Amino acid sequence: MADPIVIVGAGQAGAALAAKLRALGYSGPLALVGEEPVLPYQRPPLSKKYVSRELAFDRLLVRPPAWYGEQRIDLHLDCPVAALNPADKTIALRNGTVLRYANLALTTGARPRRLPDEIGGGLAGVFAIRTVADADRIAPLLEPGKRLLVIGGGYIGLEAAAVARTKGMEVTIIEVAARILQRVAAPPTADYFRALHRKHGVAILESTALARLTGEAGHVIGAELADGTRLSADVAIVGIGVSPNEELARRADLAVDNGIVVDGQCRTSAPDIYAAGDCARFPWRGAPTRLESVQNAIDQAEHAAAAMLGEQRTYDPVPWFWSDQYDVKLQIAGLGRGCTDCVVRPGKREGSASVWYYRADTLIAVDAMNDALSYGIAKKVLEAGRSIPKAIAADVAVDLKPYLTAHAT
Amino acid sequence: MPKVTWILHDGRAISAEVAAGHNLMEAAVANNVPDVIGECGGCLSCATCHVYVDAAWYEKTGGPGDMEGEMLEITSAERRPMSRLSCQIKASEDLDGIVLHVPHI
Repeated sequence: MADPIVIVGAGQAGAALAAKLRALGYSGPLALVGEEPVLPYQRPPLSKKYVSRELAFDRLLVRPPAWYGEQRIDLHLDCPVAALNPADKTIALRNGTVLRYANLALTTGARPRRLPDEIGGGLAGVFAIRTVADADRIAPLLEPGKRLLVIGGGYIGLEAAAVARTKGMEVTIIEVAARILQRVAAPPTADYFRALHRKHGVAILESTALARLTGEAGHVIGAELADGTRLSADVAIVGIGVSPNEELARRADLAVDNGIVVDGQCRTSAPDIYAAGDCARFPWRGAPTRLESVQNAIDQAEHAAAAMLGEQRTYDPVPWFWSDQYDVKLQIAGLGRGCTDCVVRPGKREGSASVWYYRADTLIAVDAMNDALSYGIAKKVLEAGRSIPKAIAADVAVDLKPYLTAHAT
Repeated sequence: MPKVTWILHDGRAISAEVAAGHNLMEAAVANNVPDVIGECGGCLSCATCHVYVDAAWYEKTGGPGDMEGEMLEITSAERRPMSRLSCQIKASEDLDGIVLHVPHI
């Protein structure tokens, strides 16, 4: 029998890759190896409706349990990989199993950066949100009147803050940069979410460095800031970014550089080994790029599947993202990287707005807050490789719908 | 449990019982209905769970909500009067027997 295609990493990318291989007609053996003890699931709800207990775990599953059998996918869950050996095309699982592969896909994802133990990162009551196990530990602690400290004003931290505040916790966010969302959004979007959280009673401290978390009997009780201020906390959630899971690739001498380096066909530097999703760094619009998103997990994984079966197309996505905080839905189309200027377009409903990012005069991204129409139009325009003039985007009197079709200029 | 039927572009039908409260995008994915993707997990950000509600059922499902209506502007298949995003329709006893037509994408 032919050697299988083996997928290492049973998250959204791994599942999408397996599904696409089958959809494209690959009928040979297929194995999916995952470190977590559960079937592939959607991670975005972890910091939203899952941690708030509005959705049960089975609702997060990417595919129902029976699907894997129906699709003849050989599942190896709860199976960390010990080593990858490209020379003899095998991977060794930590449980002793050795799998040969014809083609290998690395969809190993990313893991949250931790606070060092020296400054309290190892205290009980300090959490990241990446896995269902993380969210399961946090959920029972979100109790009214308890104090949550969020370290890092990125999307995960803001989402956790929104859930905790809705549950009646006292919430403080500290952000070392000059403003929240510094790495991922323009000032008007940050201003919008700062105002939203403050309206809901969250304390946001920007330009504020953590000196250390303080503990008592091994459990977090608060924080000491760089300026000496002390805060009290019952729970701390750390959302300071993620690191790609590239160690397996690095130890096997594949090219890695803030992610497993791949080309436009998702090929790594080693023959017959592909990578996709959060762990992969690919060329995009002239710069090596690593995206942390569901869109990229699915689309790049599907691209890798097609590439394995001989497709030559180059992966060239228009990235999109979303976040939910309180009653605000944020939808992002494109990537703001290299933005030189942005304009704000007020929305039609109360509290809605969109922020349009330009590089010189070319539209590159839009953040839309409760404004799905602006998001949708921007997404279509970007996908078509077109733009909308700045002055038009900023003019709420101009209907943007004509820009959905090619003839508008 | 309410029964849901999806009619595919080639005329093939897939029927399943769906727990009340579950949305019809997740039900489609769980039942391997082709062309209903649900990439964003049902949060109104991808428009990949677009369906045409059968004319006999449209009154019961009602029309799209505000934001859903905006997302229907960017579906892959053409928008029609009975277009809905199936992640926004929840299975219920009222909808027992509902028929959805799935556009080919």
